[in-house]
This record gives sequence, C-alpha cells and structure tokens, in this order.
Amino acid sequence: MCADVTVATGGPALAGSSSLKANLRRAEAKKRRTAFMLTLPLLAFITVMFLVPLIGMVWLSVANTAVRDYMPKTVAAMATWNGKELPPEKVYAAVGEDLTVAYKARTFGRIAKRLNQEMPGVMGVINKTSFRSSKVTTPPASWKDELIKIDPKWGQMPIWNLLKRQSSMFTADYYLAAVDMQVSPTGHIERVPSYERIYIKLFIRTAWMSALVTALTLALGYPLAYWISRMPPSRANLMMIAVLLPFWTSLLVRITAWIVLLQSQGVVNSLLVGSGMVSEAARPQLINNALGTVIVMTQVLLPFMVLPLYSVMRSIPDTYMRAAISMGAHPWRAFWRVFAPLTVAGVGAGVLLVFILSIGYYITPELVGGQSGQFISNRIAYNVQQSLNWGLAAALGTILTVVTLILFLLYGMITGKGKVSLA
Amino acid sequence: MAKDHNDAFVEFDRVQKTYDGESLVVKDLNLKIGQGEFLTMLGPSGSGKTTCLMMLAGFETATQGDIRLDGRPINSVPPHKRGIGMVFQNYALFPHMTVGENLSFPLEVRSIDKSERESKIKRALDMVQMGEFANRRPSQLSGGQQQRIALARALVFDPELVLMDEPLGALDKQLREHMQFEIKHLHDSLGITVVYVTHDQGEALTMSDRIAVFNDGRIQQLAPPATLYESPDNSFVAQFIGENNKLLGTVEAIDGETALIRLDNGEVIRATAVNVTSKGQKTLISIRPERVEYREELMPPGAQTLDAEVLEFIYMGDIFRTRLKVAGSDEFIIKSRNTQGQTRLEPGQMIKIGWDPKDARALDAQ
Repeated sequence: MCADVTVATGGPALAGSSSLKANLRRAEAKKRRTAFMLTLPLLAFITVMFLVPLIGMVWLSVANTAVRDYMPKTVAAMATWNGKELPPEKVYAAVGEDLTVAYKARTFGRIAKRLNQEMPGVMGVINKTSFRSSKVTTPPASWKDELIKIDPKWGQMPIWNLLKRQSSMFTADYYLAAVDMQVSPTGHIERVPSYERIYIKLFIRTAWMSALVTALTLALGYPLAYWISRMPPSRANLMMIAVLLPFWTSLLVRITAWIVLLQSQGVVNSLLVGSGMVSEAARPQLINNALGTVIVMTQVLLPFMVLPLYSVMRSIPDTYMRAAISMGAHPWRAFWRVFAPLTVAGVGAGVLLVFILSIGYYITPELVGGQSGQFISNRIAYNVQQSLNWGLAAALGTILTVVTLILFLLYGMITGKGKVSLA
Repeated sequence: MAKDHNDAFVEFDRVQKTYDGESLVVKDLNLKIGQGEFLTMLGPSGSGKTTCLMMLAGFETATQGDIRLDGRPINSVPPHKRGIGMVFQNYALFPHMTVGENLSFPLEVRSIDKSERESKIKRALDMVQMGEFANRRPSQLSGGQQQRIALARALVFDPELVLMDEPLGALDKQLREHMQFEIKHLHDSLGITVVYVTHDQGEALTMSDRIAVFNDGRIQQLAPPATLYESPDNSFVAQFIGENNKLLGTVEAIDGETALIRLDNGEVIRATAVNVTSKGQKTLISIRPERVEYREELMPPGAQTLDAEVLEFIYMGDIFRTRLKVAGSDEFIIKSRNTQGQTRLEPGQMIKIGWDPKDARALDAQ
C-alpha cells in the first residue's frame, strides 16, 4: 500500500517538474509586475522631479555651449590652429562673421557673459567687436587688421587662448573655480588671487560647523536617549512624541522664534542684562553669526540624533548593566564597558545622519548666519540667484552631492551592519 | 550542608517593600538562609519573590527592615560591592564580547592579573563543560550553551552567594531538566549558597534544600521539598505544589490530630487537622491523587473510604489518570502507575476509593 502511494504522488510531480517551474515563473512575474505598477507613480515622480534635474545639474557644471553654439565658424577654423602664435587670417574672418551674425541674432551677450566669467573685461571687447563688425558692409581685405583696429586685444594671445579653450564642448573651469583655482592667460592651472579665495574656506567652514553641530547634538542627545530608553514603554512613547514635537512646527516659525530669543534686544540678552550678568553695553551677539547658526541648527537637528540612538538603546535590556554591576563593576565602568559599546551603531548612524543634513543646510544659515555663519549652500544660492553663474553653482552642488553620497554609503554600511532602524 | 539557620548567612529581618507607597509588594519578610544552602523562592508572578531577590542583589532597596549578609547589614552597600554572583533569565551575556571576555570581565574589575585570570576562566569553563568555547561569541551558542556560560560567569570570581532569577525559563523541557541536575551538582561540589527564584514547582522540588513558597508578599511555607509536598501548611501551598484533590466540608469535631469533617453532601470523614481549630469551621480537605487507592486489597488498614463514579479515563503512558465524581465534586483525580495487570477503569463504573486519613489534610477554606 505504501508503494502505491509513493508512485501515485511521485510520478506526476516528476513528469511535470518543468511545467511546475514555468508556473512558478509566471506567478512570480505577475507578483513583480504588481509591485512595479504600485511603485510606478513614485518612480515617475522621482525621475522627473529629482533625477532629471540632478543630471541637468551635473551637465551644467561641465557643459561649455556658448562659444560652440554661437561662434560655430570660429570653432571650426580654430581646430587646425596650433595656439602658439596669433591665429591665421581665416580664424579672424570666422570671428568677424560669427560676431556679425551673433549681433543680429542678439546672442553676442551670451558669448560675452561666458567669456567674461573666465577673463574679466572681455565682455566689453566682444560687445564692441560685435557692434562694429556688424557695420562692416563689404568683407574687408584683412579681418585681422579690422579686428585689431576695433580692439587691440585681438592682437594679443590671451583672448585667443581663451577662445580656443572655450571652443571645446566640456570645461573644468567651473570645478576649478569651485576650489579657488583658475586657468591663467598662459594656460596654466593656478590658484586665484588671495582676495578671491572663498570656496575652500567655505567648504572647510561648512565641514567644521557641521561637525560642531553633530558633536553638540550627540552630547545633548545621548543622555536624553538613554533616559527615555530606560522608561516604561508608555512614558517613553510620550517622551518620544515630545522629542518629535518640533517637526509639527514649520522650520521658519522655529527659526523666527530663535531670532526673538537671541537677538541683541531679545529674551536671552534682556535676561542677562536684567540679572546683571552682563552690562548694557556688552550685550553678546548671539545671532546673525556662526554662533547663531550653531545654536539653531543644533536644536533643529537634535531629533535626528535622538531617533537612531533611542532605537538602538531600547533594544539593550536592563539586565546587561545589572549583570555587569553584579559582577563588581562600578555603574560608570559598567556603562563604558557594556552599554556604550552596544550603542556604537546608533551613534554612527546618528552622527552621519546629522552631519549629512548639516552640510547641505541652507535656510538656517541664510536667516540667522549673518556673514560668518554662511554655509556652502548659501553661496550656491547666490550663484544661482544673484551672479547667475549657473555652471559654478552646478559644480559646487555636484561636489556637495558627491560628498553627501559618499557619507551616505558609509551610513548605509554602518546601519546595515548594526541593523539600526529609525524607530 | 549547613543546616544551622540560627547562624544565618543571609538574613531578611522584617523586610517590607512598596513601590507606590500604598500597597506592600513584600510584607514583613523574615527569612534566614544558611551557608551552603540551596534555597528556592517559589511563587506565582507578582508574589514578591523576584523583588526579594533584587533587594538581596541591591537593585531594589527595602522600604523597611534589614537585609544581612554574613552578619553585616547590606542595605546601604551598593550592588557592585556586594560580591554576589547573579544569573539572569535571558542570560545577559555581553554580545560584543567573546565568551572568554565575558568571563574575564568580573576578574578585570577586581584587578586580578592576567595569568590568574586565564586559569580561573579555564577552570570555570571546564566546570560547565564549555572549555572549547572561550573564543566564540554568545550569539554563536545555543540557548543551553549560553546558559552554561552565564553560570560560569557568575561563578568565575568565586562568590559565596549566587542568585538565580528563573535561569532556566527560556530553555525547552528536556534541556531544563538536564540543567537542573548540573546546577545542583555544581552547588554540591562548590559549597556555595544559592538563592533561586522560579515559578516552576517541579524545578523547585528537584533542586532545593528548602523552598520558600511566596504568595501575596508573604512566605506561605518554608520547608524542605518533601515536607512541602506531603504536609502543606495551608490550602495555597497544597494547591500550588503538585496536583491536589479538594473536598469542601465543615468541621464536626476535633480530637488532637484528627478531625471529623462533614462533607457538603452530608458524609462524615476523618482527616488530619492542620489549620482548623474549631467546630463549625469551613474547611478544605486536600488529598494527593497518588495517595488514593481503588483496589480494596491494596488499601491501607483503617482507610477512609468513599463511593465514586468514574467519569473519564486518560491514558498518559507511564500513568493512568482517572477523573471521578466523589462527594459532589466531579474534579476528583486519581493516578495509578501503568504496572503489569493494572486494571483500566471504564467511565460510568461505580467504585470504592480509600486513603489513609493521615493523607487527607484539613486546611483553611481560603
């Protein structure tokens, strides 16, 4: 009887094993399709609103289209020029003709703007040359003499070297500018004059102020997370709601509240003066400087430190500390040897999270940072909105994005290994 | 084994504990534990047994009364200076340290030098047959192995007193029974004093020199296992330890040790008077199922007999359990061993059951 049963069930299953696999594949494929359809709207949204602009930004940071688009004849003519001495007549002629067309098409301004970013003062030369060459009715005997007559700079090497460099499709100029470097008129890479060096300083300031904010949130958040994690669950949940309470208020409102507190006629200063701790004349400057940025950012970012710390600490049972103490360790020693090492994953996650958020911070330094509390993002905004040097803004943004990505990978490694979840 | 409880190693002296200032979790606890004794605190959850253990370890403070260790009061001694070994229910092995580092921890804290540390660790691991595992992480060990390491860690610094808080609660039945013997053997060979907390009465009976049965913040009875099982002082202990048949009745007369009890269905039977004092008092008679006999030829002389109706017969392998209707109660259980030629009772059968009146204990009716 047993044998009959084996044959009856084993036979068909063996014969149909390939179709069984096919069935499984079909079922799995259907599941995958469903999952894909469910995430499709988000995927589309992210692609359009995030990935495309991101790629656009990277493209802007290296793209060099002004000269290629608006001076096509010059680009073609310069291809064979060796760049050692002044270019031959056909290049001069190409420049004259291109600028004539550009003047009529009203595109000469874009050429002038791009060239002027790399060599201040060239804008005038281009504008003047465009206007004057468009007035030349019959092709002159020598475009070379004609252009040098319009502006003697056409008889010198720097402007030609610049045009040659700008005729290539890609440029590293924006990245060089983003690290306070430039290409000299002679074609060498050099540091910009010291009075123009701002970006390295800003990157360093962004990094160390972010590090300071991170250290402060850790110093404030660790004891808080510890305290909450040792509470009975119902009270701990209440406390966590209190920790997350700031998220229910607009960032702008919170920053404004800080301005009210910290300004020189504000609550804190009035208390200090009123209690006689500082004199009326010596009211400390608590806002519109680096100090203000650090104070406000620490408060704003504190929950991002407390959450991963709490999540890790909650999973450490009381008995570890009790066991260590029962074995004779002073509570402090038990804490450092047993509790603290078990929270390393949470500390790593919190530190990286706060640091990543900090280095990209814009609104807080903008509102309370004054001059000394500016971050790199504020400078990016300046280049986008004021100086309209989008290429430089894109290069700065790309550098920031890459740094953040590297940190984020690090974060992923730490949280993946320590199995940290955000509450 | 020191049985001289006057010269107590651990002593609770009129200890009280309250958490909220209103109700007492531990009410007037007096307990003396001798050197080298294995004492188990047994009771349902919330009975105060774990609180007592934590007060002894120093993680809870007594609201009132003294706790003395080897003669000196330890109420104000912080837990890390008490020198008491402790084993926790979830083992509490430090997951970021190897087994060896776990065992080394209490020794490092005591500034013991490296070579002595290593020999002590080796000795402790060998003691629990885990000598090969010094370099493993706790997460690489099974529950039973972790339990052994926790035990070794509590013993490695040679404490004279070891507290165990339901240490076997997380193990499966077979492993638990095996570990009970190992802990018992370790206790015997090391001569340490053990205070053991459990809610498992089988565990308590197997391992202990004496058992303190806790309920409602009080010790209900403090006695060696056999006394506790065979001569429970009150109906809580009778019902908490082992299986127990209950017959309700009223005291007719008391004559020294013996009491005449009128059962609720009118029959009068003889029983041992334990904590009944006066005529007319309500009482609960407790009889262990294995002390009840239904074969007349095997009944003890002078047996108290009653009529019974078989309601249910349950085959359990080594024993038979038979549920009877006796004197109005249909929860009366008898147990008989599955020996050669043992008869199996049929439901509906009318039989006569009997027991030695000494085994029927007239207790408080609660």
